[in-house]
Amino acid sequence: MADEALFLLLHNEMVTGVYKSADQGEVENGRCITKLENMGFRVGQGLIERFTKDTARFKDELDIMKFICKDFWTTVFKKQIDNLRTNHQYLAFTCGLIRGGLSNLGIKSIVTAEVSAMPACKFQVMIQKM
Amino acid sequence: MAVCIAVIAKENYPLYIRSIPAEHELKFHYTVHTSLDVVDEKVSAMGKALVDQRELYLGLLYPTEDYKVYGYVTNSKVKFVMVVDSSNTALRDNEIRSMFRKLHNSYTDVMCNPFYNPGDRIHSRAFDNMVTSMMVQGC
Repeated sequence: MADEALFLLLHNEMVTGVYKSADQGEVENGRCITKLENMGFRVGQGLIERFTKDTARFKDELDIMKFICKDFWTTVFKKQIDNLRTNHQYLAFTCGLIRGGLSNLGIKSIVTAEVSAMPACKFQVMIQKM
Repeated sequence: MAVCIAVIAKENYPLYIRSIPAEHELKFHYTVHTSLDVVDEKVSAMGKALVDQRELYLGLLYPTEDYKVYGYVTNSKVKFVMVVDSSNTALRDNEIRSMFRKLHNSYTDVMCNPFYNPGDRIHSRAFDNMVTSMMVQGC
């Protein structure tokens, strides 16, 4: 993964940029979150394609979840899945990232985030059964 | 030498398909379409004993009198199908594997291109060039 600092800076600017363009008339607050989430979605899809290039075939959903929880999570967040540290507005991109990753592996889901106690963040992944 | 290369999305429609002698294009389209069934069979749990073994490369899907069809499925359920002429010296298995590897690498690059929307047909020149190199020499 490329330098963490570079992405943090970019992410900061993305959020400010999207909100600024919203201020100049366009749309209300909800749309900003959607835009950021969609950006994360697309990036998540691309990331998954790159990461699963060399891994073995996933037999079932359990394999996919194991991959997401271990390899994908540690590569993206450089941390184990149960400790994570983020800020409120900045969650949209990350939720989209997870949703994009799952979608490219064939799992339709809705990802929401809650911050109950700082610096912890909980992602809730609701999977639609097909 | 590969005579036809196709990239099929997970919803089973073609993202990219190209064949070399232009007059047989329809025949190759049909071949690729019928090979999708074989791919599904190999991937599903039924064929577990035979091929799967956690590998992305599926191997020979089926041979006909003039050519052989090889398959490869990525973890994002995108399928690559390659039709190879049997008449010239049979390409060895690892050569086919390396061709699929190159395809997969180029496909990953296309996916990561922010101007590409997943699900659209592939128009990338780099991808085209890579496929051309495979069809001309079969390296």
